Amino acid sequence: MNSFLFLAQLGVETAAPHVEGFAYPNEQHVLWSILIVIYPYITGLVAGAFIMASLVKVFNVRALAPVYRLALLTALAFLICAPMPLLLHLGHPERCLQVMMTPHLSSPMAMFGFVYAWYIMAVLLLELWLEYRHDFVRWGQTEPGLQGALYRLLTLGARDVSPEALKFDEKLSSIVTLIGIPSAFLLHGYVGFIFGSIKANPWWGNVLMPVIFIFSAIVSGIALCVFIYTELNWFRGREVDDECLDEMGKFLFYALLLDFSIEGLDWLHRLYSADESIHVLKQLAAGKLFNTMLVGQLFCGTLIPLLLLGSTQVFRQQIPRFVRRRIYYFSALLIMAGVLLMRWNVVIGGQLFSKSLRGFTTFKFELAGQEGWLVGLTLMVLPYLILWLFLRVFLPAKYDKVGHSQGPLHSAV
Amino acid sequence: MNSSCSRRRWLGWLGSGLGWLAALPAAKAAKSTVKNLLTSSGAPKGYDPTKHQWLMCIDVDRCIGCGLCVDACKIENKVSASPHYFRTWIERYLIRKPKPGQLALRGEVTVDSPNGGRDGFPPTLVPKSEILKAFYVPKLCNLCEHSPCSQACPVGATFDTPDGAVLVDPEYCIGCGFCIQACPYGCRFMNPDTHTAEKCTLCYHRITRGLKPACVEVCPTQTRIFGDLKNMTEKDPVQEFIRNNKVFTLKPNLGTEPRVLYANIDKEVR
Repeated sequence: MNSFLFLAQLGVETAAPHVEGFAYPNEQHVLWSILIVIYPYITGLVAGAFIMASLVKVFNVRALAPVYRLALLTALAFLICAPMPLLLHLGHPERCLQVMMTPHLSSPMAMFGFVYAWYIMAVLLLELWLEYRHDFVRWGQTEPGLQGALYRLLTLGARDVSPEALKFDEKLSSIVTLIGIPSAFLLHGYVGFIFGSIKANPWWGNVLMPVIFIFSAIVSGIALCVFIYTELNWFRGREVDDECLDEMGKFLFYALLLDFSIEGLDWLHRLYSADESIHVLKQLAAGKLFNTMLVGQLFCGTLIPLLLLGSTQVFRQQIPRFVRRRIYYFSALLIMAGVLLMRWNVVIGGQLFSKSLRGFTTFKFELAGQEGWLVGLTLMVLPYLILWLFLRVFLPAKYDKVGHSQGPLHSAV
Repeated sequence: MNSSCSRRRWLGWLGSGLGWLAALPAAKAAKSTVKNLLTSSGAPKGYDPTKHQWLMCIDVDRCIGCGLCVDACKIENKVSASPHYFRTWIERYLIRKPKPGQLALRGEVTVDSPNGGRDGFPPTLVPKSEILKAFYVPKLCNLCEHSPCSQACPVGATFDTPDGAVLVDPEYCIGCGFCIQACPYGCRFMNPDTHTAEKCTLCYHRITRGLKPACVEVCPTQTRIFGDLKNMTEKDPVQEFIRNNKVFTLKPNLGTEPRVLYANIDKEVR
């Protein structure tokens, strides 16, 4: 009692020092931290990279053929890491299989295992296998040692490379890609639904949330492909295919424009309908999220890339090739950072204000610990390491001289 | 030939339909057995949850903010002593008079809940002359008819009992925190020791043995009125509460249909 009196005399409110205004006692600490920021970011990259690849197969965009395999391998490398942040953030990771053994069907989170399994098994691995089977057979014969054995193993015994068999692969691959597009939408739209379905939280509970997540995923996935394609070519000392890069830049620009419009629509709707939560949300955007949302996500991650990419669309002929390349690369980096900040703003931002709509809490980022900087950074770097391994095994420089696979060209013919 | 085929087919359908019907009770029994195996409510043997429907009424005007209920809850349910974990807590609302010249009926609203109100409340900094009114609001699980927390739990570790309580099975909870995010009333928290979700159980271990929840038991002003909708008498305190008061629920716009009813609360209470 005395300590409260002392605080009162000092003119300090009785709330905890990290709370401004009033927050329910149980919500003074942010529960979902960096791992839940990374989870939608990574799944978004997967979905976006896959949709990027599907532009080649389904929509027959031949200019993008050089990045077809790269995009699929990128999607796989990131997909392998997608469940890790979820698993690590659980209070009881050892019970994780219960989600699949006894799923509670009314919970969107219960669907994760099934959506993930469907996507990795029925879509991505199948698509990659069909794409690579012919090469696995060839490389299995030419490559010596362990690597050759690995290729032979990966053929899964299907060594028929007759024209009929390859044609069948092509056909099946197109069907898988066709199924893959809605699956990629499902994978990430579902992540958006996890947040959008929470009516208790006005920052999350929003019908547009799955759509926003899907478009931001597409944007981040294409940006990732631009980044990795540029880096890979630089690393292998090879010229980039400018036609391909221009095409990616074009898709990146239009996807970003669409993403920006939908997020703008979301804000417009919130401001116009102005329900009881609008005051606290406005304070949130202008206060706690000013740097990450208005400066980071909106200005640096959206408006600058829009301007840069827009200029390449309008003045393509006037802008020299090497400048365009740098514009794409720089824009891709900004967009990826912007989308990561968008996930931050959704996940952390949604927990910074009290559901009483009367106050804010503060997020403290740990260095070590289960949800600290170090774990977050590791999870962000890990997919790139896996991808590096994949590129060494499945996209070796000596087989990648032409810069594109056989598959998409076949399909494009 | 056709008609015999058709008859045979009809009989086949009928047979399979009857088969399914016969299998239905068995499936239901299996489901309930699995549910019983997987979930533990802490109720004694012989307690029939279908014969009760618990609810709680809060007479806000009676609450003096003594914090005994919070203290009793912490002790009874071994809730962490930390000031960030509460199954029940008390909020103090302080509504100021409008400032001179301010065209309003009421001024600024301040809400606080130091240590959940467990130690009572310190004197307010606002001079008495500026206070329009002040009151205490006890909070607990709202016993939602359509509980968003149960809906959100990915493994069914949180579940609605037939008697209206919403419980968590700590042996089955995976600690994802989705239910905590889904609760609109901030009633859930992650137990720092077990790393599982925790919330008010209405003292399920007590009410299933004919006792009242600890917070109700210790309340010196009978602010909290505990009742059983399926066993109401004419002079039941719950009946009188409903008869004598304007009754509200918290955040009715969310459609959760709470079974915790509040009397005469101001619009500021969320």
